[in-house]
Amino acid sequence: MSPQTPDTFVNRLLGRIKLNGLMALAAPVLAILFAGVITSVVLILTDHPPVDTLLAMVEYGSTPRSLVGIINLASAYYLSAMAVALGFRMNLFNIGVDGQYRLAALIAAAVGGAVTLPKPLHIGLILIVAVAVGAAWAGIAGVLKARRGVSEVISTIMLNTIATGLGAWLLAQWAVPVAGSNNIGTNPIPESGHVPSIPLIPGAPNEVFGLFVVAVLVGIGFHVLLNRTRFGFNLRSTGLSEPAAVASGVDVKKMVIVAMLISGGMAGLVGMPQLLGSSYSYSLDFPPGFGFTGIAIALIGRNNPIGVAFGALLWSFLDVSQNILSLEKVSPEIVTIMQGVIVLAVVIAYELVHRYRIAAEQRRVSRELSAPVGMEGAAA
Amino acid sequence: MAKGHIHAIVGENGAGKSTLMKILYGMQRPDEGEIRINGSPVSFHTPADAIAAGIGMVHQHFMLADNLTVLENVVLGSEPRKGGIALDFAAARKKIKEISDAYGLDVDPDVLVEDIGVGLRQRVEILKVLYRGARILILDEPTAVLVPHEVDELFENLHGLVREGITIIFISHHLDEVLKVADAITVIRRGTTVASVDPKSVNARQLAELMVGSELPSPETRESTVTDVVALQVTGLTMAASAWRPIPKGTPASFYMDQMRAEGGGRLLLEDVSFTIHKGEVLGIAGVEGNGQAELVEAIMGIRPSVGEITLAGTDIADWSTLRRRDAGIGYIPEDRQRHGLLLLAPLWENRILGHNSGGVWIDRKGARADTERIVAQYDVRTPGIDVDAAALSGGNQQKLIVGREMSGDPVLLIASHPTRGVDVGAQAAIWDHLRSARAAGLAVLLISADLDELIGLSDTLKVLLRGKIVADVDPANVTPEQLGSAMTGAGEEA
Repeated sequence: MSPQTPDTFVNRLLGRIKLNGLMALAAPVLAILFAGVITSVVLILTDHPPVDTLLAMVEYGSTPRSLVGIINLASAYYLSAMAVALGFRMNLFNIGVDGQYRLAALIAAAVGGAVTLPKPLHIGLILIVAVAVGAAWAGIAGVLKARRGVSEVISTIMLNTIATGLGAWLLAQWAVPVAGSNNIGTNPIPESGHVPSIPLIPGAPNEVFGLFVVAVLVGIGFHVLLNRTRFGFNLRSTGLSEPAAVASGVDVKKMVIVAMLISGGMAGLVGMPQLLGSSYSYSLDFPPGFGFTGIAIALIGRNNPIGVAFGALLWSFLDVSQNILSLEKVSPEIVTIMQGVIVLAVVIAYELVHRYRIAAEQRRVSRELSAPVGMEGAAA
Repeated sequence: MAKGHIHAIVGENGAGKSTLMKILYGMQRPDEGEIRINGSPVSFHTPADAIAAGIGMVHQHFMLADNLTVLENVVLGSEPRKGGIALDFAAARKKIKEISDAYGLDVDPDVLVEDIGVGLRQRVEILKVLYRGARILILDEPTAVLVPHEVDELFENLHGLVREGITIIFISHHLDEVLKVADAITVIRRGTTVASVDPKSVNARQLAELMVGSELPSPETRESTVTDVVALQVTGLTMAASAWRPIPKGTPASFYMDQMRAEGGGRLLLEDVSFTIHKGEVLGIAGVEGNGQAELVEAIMGIRPSVGEITLAGTDIADWSTLRRRDAGIGYIPEDRQRHGLLLLAPLWENRILGHNSGGVWIDRKGARADTERIVAQYDVRTPGIDVDAAALSGGNQQKLIVGREMSGDPVLLIASHPTRGVDVGAQAAIWDHLRSARAAGLAVLLISADLDELIGLSDTLKVLLRGKIVADVDPANVTPEQLGSAMTGAGEEA
């Protein structure tokens, strides 16, 4: 690894620099252990038995019922993190996944509740609307960046806020009272738009959202797109070295717009497993914040489809298993501390592992160079 | 280097001037050798060590905060304290006044930096360094941003500093200035000192000769392979410094020339450049760096917008995208291979795809890998395999890979920008061989180089670019590097 141009902290952070083999695994494992230690310290300070508490979380988190909950939540996290990761791979910071998925879920729910179609068509229509809305909302930031040079970080954050306002207004226009509460939501999607759930975990009273499959397909699609297609190659080259991409004929402005559209389209899917699997209506209590969690998970998974899958499952496990903590008289916020520590520790651990590798590499090279050779010089 | 001297270091771009300065200033560690100050050896790990030893550096690009005053900029980073917390601006102001008066710098500590001119800013930079107690000043290309009368002022200041016992290391490649101001000159080339000369006993021509050198392996190609089939024709190519907008088709650029010049602050990067390259011809562009060579290449590649006609084998390509131009058969060896030519952190076979990535949805992984193997074998790229990252290769091998890549797919035209810069002698000869045989096979080559021997040896036709204009046509068969060198600086009518 050369210490020249692109070997920067940010590049390592965003996974554009590869970590090979065992090292790639060592970093997150170290980080999780470290997070466990910090959490234990906090637990001890607050007079709780750390080992028992953590064991209770693991035990609760591995019951069939919790496992289903973990997979369901992780589907949304995964889609969100992949949307962020696509941008990261070409140096685009799509901070706006949050706004994109909420707006997409709202409009898709409204469209889905307004029509009745045969089953596969109805589901397809809702998904297409969600992808289109997410893509369009992210596309605004893409066009602003390509045409006017507006930083996508700023514009997507602003678009998040606008999406919140716009969403509230649209919901007020379209809302009907939700039966049995003072909540309001869109017209419920009729039965033809429901996606049947899958009894994936034996012995669980609940079932996995059918659209869990979409998350898996997005992960596979992400890998194929980036590693097998010309478009993906151009996207990665733009992320690795923009000047080289420009010189090789990549139209970077076009790439920015297209990448934002794809990222936004993936973001549009984030709310779908939940919407078509259990709530069937976008209401005031539709879960927010998946977009920001996605950023953290993309960092943990180093923007790699497999890594992100582990990150999403881990995060979701922590979220689900915190439910047991109130029974143990421990504040559930301990999990938030743990999640935060994991993200920080992962970032630091990747950096440490990277430096260790560089040092090892340099030692190896200098050993080989100091050996009596002369071959290199004579042959070159 | 003697105390109280202005010592100039001259050399071509890439000769090692900046590296030397970085070592002196502690930004980079030397592999071998030692530095002595006043006779005692020192070693610097960080710029802070160098500052402590009394070395100060004035960078080519100013490092001043515009929205602070001169005083605040000067003390930034070494603020005088009063009672532990408060800043002692009064003391700082007094000290700045003293230094300013002692060395005749004439700096007012209380104006905002954004309100003062370039020449004064440079004096502030110098003052900043003196404030930190520097006794040895390194000035990196200090005249690059100055207009002539500011240069004279600067030189007066420098003489003032020297009278007070300060030593100055002056880096430049403006030979006239060096001769005017320096007390001693060291010429470096390819990382080694080639001569130490007394400015009173040399002229600019001799100094240029020393800088360029003339003992390189000969890139000679004499038997002409030039055909009369036009490969590339460029007519009236013009590039404005900024504020580019398309002009109506068919209108000559000259019509807008004055306006574009006014918008770009009086300067055009390229001005009415026209030339023709035939199949089998190598057209060399000579010029001191920064006179429009990079812009010319980027205009032909479609990377930067420009005005004028560009036809490739009879087809007008002026409106085409970079990708389409590459597909039409333009190969491009970029000036900065690591920035523009390679993905350093991607394997070699993926680098083979870079720039040759069009048509269809899927990457042809098998084809790319097979062709990378071919390039590695045919161009003698020394690598353990095609799955290693490009960053792992030496510069010469990286360049051979790029040359091999750009030659594949039978290009019509090859743009070779400094094809052998920073490449060892063996790889240089190999690259020259490949260029020669491609030329014999009918390839048209646009060659840009700072290596005058390379230009004269390889080119069938030579043009000299100065301030964005072609100022001279030179016959490479009977020109010496010295004559070419003086034509490049616009000094020599004799060339």
